[in-house]
Amino acid sequence: MATIKIPTPLRAYTGGNAEVNVAGATVSAILGDLTTQFPELRPHLFNGEELRNFVNIFIGDEDVRYRNGLDTEVEPGDKLRIIPSIAGGR
Amino acid sequence: MELVISTDLHDHLARHLENTFPNEGGGFLVGNIVGDTRHVTEVHLVENTFASEEQFHRYLAEVGEFQRIEDEADARGLSLLGYFHSHPDHPAVPSEFDRTHAWPYFAYLIVSVRSGQRAESRIWELAANREAFIEGQLSFS
Repeated sequence: MATIKIPTPLRAYTGGNAEVNVAGATVSAILGDLTTQFPELRPHLFNGEELRNFVNIFIGDEDVRYRNGLDTEVEPGDKLRIIPSIAGGR
Repeated sequence: MELVISTDLHDHLARHLENTFPNEGGGFLVGNIVGDTRHVTEVHLVENTFASEEQFHRYLAEVGEFQRIEDEADARGLSLLGYFHSHPDHPAVPSEFDRTHAWPYFAYLIVSVRSGQRAESRIWELAANREAFIEGQLSFS
């Protein structure tokens, strides 16, 4: 089991919890478990099957894009985090 | 959704956005949530890290700044309420770029800055289906 920190704007979909226990051997499996537990999260994280490009997944201090992306392996006890890219424009 | 901010804090962020003109500027709003009302107690100015040649119409906060400000808010029992950014020489109305990059339950304060002077501030929230923004009430204390 690993844990994943939920960003403030998505905590309404996790019963107000900032941290959730999740199971899975890869980031993809972890996000699958997360969105099975809390299905309303899915449209804010994924566009179809693709992770939205302003959604960043970290394991510890490392962005999984710089490892193997959604295929990055997750060890029991790892601390994951969803960090939004905050962007705007006229 | 109602966002309540003091005139002093609003002046602080608006001055920053006037200073970043003709480029976009922005930052985060931290405070408390009571029912459907968000009370801003802190404004955090955050550098625009979008490619410099695009900053006249784009704003991007560095991921580490979100992480730091959210962690500090959580540790003190406060909430990251949302973020603000400017629309230089443009209305304080969300763009399609704003909508596709927006997060639910976040307050989006947009300040129109015209010729370097603040012109209008409006508050918006993304609809749960992500298809539109809903305007909220901006109140000053």
